[in-house]
Amino acid sequence: MPAPEQHRLIFRHIDEAGYTPALDCYVRNGGYEVLRKALQRKPEELVEEVKKSGLRGRGGAGFSCGLKWSLVDRKSGKPIYLVVNADESEPGTFKDRYIMHQDPHQLIEGIMITCFANKVERAFIYIRGEFPDGAKILEKAIAEARAAGFAGPNVLGSGYGCEVYVHRGAGAYICGEETGLIESLEGKRPYPRIKPPYFPAVLGLYQCPTIVNNVETLCHVKHIADMGGEAYAKIGTPNNTGTRILCVSGHVQRPGYFEFEVGKVTMGQLLNEVCGGPLPGRTFKAVIPGGSSAKVLRFGERYKGKRKVGADMVEYDWGVEDIPMDFDCLAMIGSMGGSGGVIVMDDSVSMVEALGNINAFYSHESCGQCTPCREGSIWMKKITARMVHGAARPEDGALLKSVADQIAGRTICAFGEACAWPTQSFIAKFGDEFRAYAQAKAAPRPANAPELV
Amino acid sequence: MIQPAAPDLITVNVDGKDVSVPKGTNMIEAALRVNVDVPNYCYHPKLTVVGNCRMCLVEMGMPAVDPATKAPVMDPATGKQKINWSPRPTIACATNASPGLHIRTTSPLVKECREGVMEFLLINHPLDCPICDQAGECKLQEQSAGYGRGYSRYIESKNVKPKRTLLGPRVMLDDERCILCSRCIRFSKEIAKDDVLGFTDRGSFSTLTCYPGKKLENNYSLNTVDICPVGALTSTDFRFKMRVWFLKQTNSIDTESSVGANTVVWSREGAIYRVTPRQNDAVNDTWMSDSGRLIYKDVRAPGRLDAVRVNGVESALEFAVTEASRLLSGAGAAVVGSGRSSVEEQFLTARLAAALKAQAWVVARAGEGDGILVSADRNPNVRGALVTGLIASLPSPRLDALGAAIDAGSVTAVVSVGEDLAAAGLTPAQLAKVSIIYLGTQANPTSEAAKVVIPTLTVFEKHGTFVNQQFRIQRFAKAVPAAPGATDDLAVLSRLVSAVGGQALGPDVGALWPSIASSIPALATMAYGNIPDTGLLLDAAPWSALRFPEGQTLHYKPQANG
Repeated sequence: MPAPEQHRLIFRHIDEAGYTPALDCYVRNGGYEVLRKALQRKPEELVEEVKKSGLRGRGGAGFSCGLKWSLVDRKSGKPIYLVVNADESEPGTFKDRYIMHQDPHQLIEGIMITCFANKVERAFIYIRGEFPDGAKILEKAIAEARAAGFAGPNVLGSGYGCEVYVHRGAGAYICGEETGLIESLEGKRPYPRIKPPYFPAVLGLYQCPTIVNNVETLCHVKHIADMGGEAYAKIGTPNNTGTRILCVSGHVQRPGYFEFEVGKVTMGQLLNEVCGGPLPGRTFKAVIPGGSSAKVLRFGERYKGKRKVGADMVEYDWGVEDIPMDFDCLAMIGSMGGSGGVIVMDDSVSMVEALGNINAFYSHESCGQCTPCREGSIWMKKITARMVHGAARPEDGALLKSVADQIAGRTICAFGEACAWPTQSFIAKFGDEFRAYAQAKAAPRPANAPELV
Repeated sequence: MIQPAAPDLITVNVDGKDVSVPKGTNMIEAALRVNVDVPNYCYHPKLTVVGNCRMCLVEMGMPAVDPATKAPVMDPATGKQKINWSPRPTIACATNASPGLHIRTTSPLVKECREGVMEFLLINHPLDCPICDQAGECKLQEQSAGYGRGYSRYIESKNVKPKRTLLGPRVMLDDERCILCSRCIRFSKEIAKDDVLGFTDRGSFSTLTCYPGKKLENNYSLNTVDICPVGALTSTDFRFKMRVWFLKQTNSIDTESSVGANTVVWSREGAIYRVTPRQNDAVNDTWMSDSGRLIYKDVRAPGRLDAVRVNGVESALEFAVTEASRLLSGAGAAVVGSGRSSVEEQFLTARLAAALKAQAWVVARAGEGDGILVSADRNPNVRGALVTGLIASLPSPRLDALGAAIDAGSVTAVVSVGEDLAAAGLTPAQLAKVSIIYLGTQANPTSEAAKVVIPTLTVFEKHGTFVNQQFRIQRFAKAVPAAPGATDDLAVLSRLVSAVGGQALGPDVGALWPSIASSIPALATMAYGNIPDTGLLLDAAPWSALRFPEGQTLHYKPQANG
């Protein structure tokens, strides 16, 4: 089956010739008209539209956006804050940066609609430290929008006012975790908070109710407000509505970012047709479907079971190529849609070395607050580093898995899973390679083997 | 005694046992009520909960209810309400009791969690117990006995961190031993109100340190050493001096101010090695000041009086008592008691004054209160002097009226119980003019001028009670034997009372208390042995009109009128 066409909702103008991040370009293309219309409506109606749309968060967890908004404590009398999570740091993910770099006003419009819908008067864009240009572009865009009355006090003469601020992070992965982000925004070390009691919806920024949404999610809100929740829910597949940006990196002919209706494209269509298939002479070996913390999939594996399609239970028997790229299917086969970062590895890759790379990242980024992640991530890193650079032992794979099992589910935040899942899945799927690594390491390199850097 | 309001009780279930706990009690405290120990490192009952050590993971369940009807779902097997167990373990420190909460602390999952955390904590720990001061009272050691592997699967190299960082004048840090529980950070911020500690770097390389340009030098810094669950923070005073398992623990009271912090004195073979706070939730929680911990050095301080002397000549105690009574029997005696004496000593001092028909004085010691555990009244027992009737009004820091009486010749002999009269304002001429009988521990201008000098004991060498600023009577006990040449204050005072014609009273605490209870109304129903370790509140009503100098401290609010 040929791959469907891309459905560019969020990325409509990305890479469009002549399109600039300037306000006049955005307005020329119909910008801020949705905000103008939204301000005529009741905030509750807008929240209702988002609930109807079935929008799921695009940051990684895929949590229902409407439900998140409805959990906000609106009776406390405290101000409600919106925090925009622009700390796009999951390895393999590069979608929010294009929105912010090329179409910042789309984000600002989404923010303003979200703020109006939730009666928020202060929004903070927390942008990762490695995006200095993005921060400058956003600052400029906010100033333009404010000058034109699209943000700031008395938006478009409606009497409603909301200020948007940009806050730059200092370069830590953990600042993408929402409570760590909030701590960082408050000026502290980004130690994620314990939940309960510190759910952002009740005790968030400055202990006030807070909504934390991803950049892409907020852009979707703009389109939901535009077309209405029901129309939006028709895009994509049931429970996986709308479009999704997939970022493909690694060993394919044409890596890049692609926006599809959620669940309408399969992994095989994405990699083989959209991305042009494996590099010449190579075959796909493994793919991580949702950012580096998602569990790896092995080409050649079969995934069998029953799933709900409409009202019926349908049997499925999929290879990796057959998996529809949506939240539920990827979760069903034991991985996750995560942040949409698809990392492809072909047969030139040593899985031990690939895991060594991932473990090095997570041990470097563990915040160090709670024991299992702090000590477990560095232990796993030291084991894989020793395997790659020194003496691998056949039992190291089992040890790695045992360490990972002692982390997942026992930490303050989801970083525990993020650092344990790669190891768990690499060992589960490629355990033989880990056991044989000592001999493979000792064997001389084939003369025509590709050099890895 | 004032009873607290009855708390709102709810029932929770710990390992199959139901227990009633006040609503909001966390799982660790709830489990303690049925003697179930949930191991932990970062949790401290007096600090905020951060949940970072993950040692207290337990399984949690709630009674099942039908989502639609809200009716309880029954388990046909047991006939009881079904329990929905959470698939993930939960930290006990941060989970508060709610009605029907079930906890499992002995399941395989919980054991596995504890063993996992234990292993993680040890992989980068130096395991230098043989040279570590914490050995013997180390939570890592304790819990590795229960949850340790017994061998290490860790063959990589350990992290290297600073080994000897002086955080402040009294606290040394070994970062390699630190398990990053953040108790010390929270203590500094929340209790000492001196936010100087924090972590730098991240992950396993996180390192405890002082903020740039700051030092951990507040008067509560040594509490961080007490609450450090491992040997990362050590006291520069105690470091490398003694293994803790050789030390004898004796309950005592901090004498530096009227707060009366409860303490433990740690001693071996007659020598004191350290003083640490003892938990009393109504007085000092689990804290005490650094300054209070150093008072033990008085026991072996230079200048300690070591011989009974009469007119400068070493004498027998009997002769000194006879000589004292001869000097006092002429007209014009005065008695200077002390707010540092115990209730029992003050009782006998009052009897001595009564037998001599002499006026009794007490010298006030004023200082700055720090609002935490050092109050403005630097005498530990002014309330005791009021209760025993030694004085009827608040003392003054100066004995000017006594000086005037000496100048006028109406006072010719003075007994001083441990007070330096020169420091209280008497001039050398006045000291020379009167016959002084001095009972005390330290040489000073008064002992130099005294005709009779009788060395007595420090608080660490005797038994007794103090009444603190809350009118709470608290016991202290003898930790070390009397210094050579010194005699118990009570023995000296009771002999003096008899010698000047007063009623003979017992020479020690046990013998004295029946007399004290029968003659002091505020202590009427008490016996020395019946005072609990955390003290007893006395009725302060008779002294409610007095304007005491103390400001607010941790568990003390001054009365509105005083």
